Amino acid sequence: MATRRIVMHFPPQLIDEPIISGLVRTFDLEFNILRASITPQQEGVMVIVLEGTEADLVAALRNAQEKGVRVEPLEKEVVCNEDKCTECGACVTICPTQALAIDLETRHVTFDADKCIACELCVPVCPPRAMEISF
Amino acid sequence: MPKTYAEINEKIKAGKAVVVTAEEMIDIVEEEGTTKAAERVDVVTTGTFGPMCSSGAMLNTGHPTPRMKYSRVWLNEVPAYCGLAAVDIFIGVTELPENDPRNRNHPGLFSYGGGHVIQELVAGKDVRMAAEAYGTDCYPRRELETLINIADLNQAYLLNPRNAYQNYGVAVNLSRDRDIYTYMGVVQADLGSASFCSAGQLSPLLNDPYYRTIGIGTRIFLGGGTGYVYFQGTQHNPTQARSENGVPMGGAGTIAVVGDMKQMRPEYVVGVSFYGYGVSLAVGLGIPIPILNEEIARYTAVKDEDIVAPILDYSRAYPYNEGGPLGHVSYAELKSGQIEVNGRKVPTTPLSSYVKARAIAEELKQWIQAGEFLVSEPAELLPSADSGLGFKPLKERPFNNGGVI
Ligand code: SF4
Ligand code: SF4
Repeated sequence: MATRRIVMHFPPQLIDEPIISGLVRTFDLEFNILRASITPQQEGVMVIVLEGTEADLVAALRNAQEKGVRVEPLEKEVVCNEDKCTECGACVTICPTQALAIDLETRHVTFDADKCIACELCVPVCPPRAMEISF
Repeated sequence: MPKTYAEINEKIKAGKAVVVTAEEMIDIVEEEGTTKAAERVDVVTTGTFGPMCSSGAMLNTGHPTPRMKYSRVWLNEVPAYCGLAAVDIFIGVTELPENDPRNRNHPGLFSYGGGHVIQELVAGKDVRMAAEAYGTDCYPRRELETLINIADLNQAYLLNPRNAYQNYGVAVNLSRDRDIYTYMGVVQADLGSASFCSAGQLSPLLNDPYYRTIGIGTRIFLGGGTGYVYFQGTQHNPTQARSENGVPMGGAGTIAVVGDMKQMRPEYVVGVSFYGYGVSLAVGLGIPIPILNEEIARYTAVKDEDIVAPILDYSRAYPYNEGGPLGHVSYAELKSGQIEVNGRKVPTTPLSSYVKARAIAEELKQWIQAGEFLVSEPAELLPSADSGLGFKPLKERPFNNGGVI
């Protein structure tokens, strides 16, 4: 058995399609959705772990691409460089998943890596450029 | 019983002064009342940390051999002004390298500029300096390329003509589908976000709304070191409309400040980039307010609920000077994460760091408690609400008759 961590981008017209359940059934895969969200551009983004035989995984991903889903391996991560972050909060409305948020009590800005879908929208928006892409 | 600056300083020197932050003062006045609070508390400390675009650094490099009168200077490729005496340089925080693509590919990234050069100097990093000159009998050198370091400069001081804006507008975007890229950050289309930029109840000039104690010569926290107010800031506008508590309902007073960069720390002097707009410097600034009397005690107890800011449409009304605010909101509402504009819920995003503002007020408090920092009586107070001073737009007076001279 092999596993793949991948990012799937669903164009707006495919968001409501049951693509994942179809793949899982047809190719006999195990799956675990790590993160899912819809960006301001109305694109659905899903970070998912798929498990199955190598041949089934390759066929499943090819099938998804043929349906119009963009598939990328999850190799990028967006991280917060705490030495640079001033905890201003200029990133919180741009972040589609609330991975970046302000604690209303303490006013600290928190970054929850588990919620981050690596969409990179915060990267150019952060004034001291504390949000960094790591490969 | 009113107190004098001298009495408060005697207490500070003796380690007996009662010093609290502007946040702590809110509770003290609520619990003890203004009269008792005014007697017991000697100094209230304030703080703010945010982008302050009217800032820059004045540097003196000393002369190379042979001597030189700089006529053009670049620091890490960022042009600096040198129309001054031979080796004096002023670098402004919004200056960009000549080869920066700016907004040619909109929105531009604006990764590096004058503010970043200043942060690197403060951090003790070497900076590349290139200079040109035309050469004179007394200053023959024409070209120079060298590394410079703040430790070797004769003087390096921040010289900021407009800082610590007393209140500011809230930026929203009424356009249907166009995100806008401004000095208030990216403001999302169709009321997608609202940007604000003030520390509110911790902000220096909001705690002394009529400038009863802040004036020329006031000693302050600047960038992690000691600084001074040297004049009213540019665009100082004390006649802005005020709420009943005296607090201006929009951008009003400003201060011009100066401070030794050699004492500063890079966490309080931070080069920043605004996507699609440009570069700047985020500056940490704190002012101690001596509690001379009850009136001042009352001002320093101001709360976010009691400070309002105007909501401005940055897609049209602001840039084209068309129409007024869409309403006013309090900083308590802004800090709740959501405000209401035209009947719709709009998520808010701050540009100024309240966490750092609080740290500055706290550090300044510790300096004063340790007897290391005295309050200073201004040589002159800033023009206040009764001065008649306002903020005028430019009256354009074309001088070449549409091209026919
Ligand atoms: S915009 Fe950047 S500096 Fe500000 S809180 Fe977000 S990550 Fe930190
Ligand atoms: S990359 Fe940035 S904007 Fe995108 S989800 Fe992660 S933290 Fe949020």
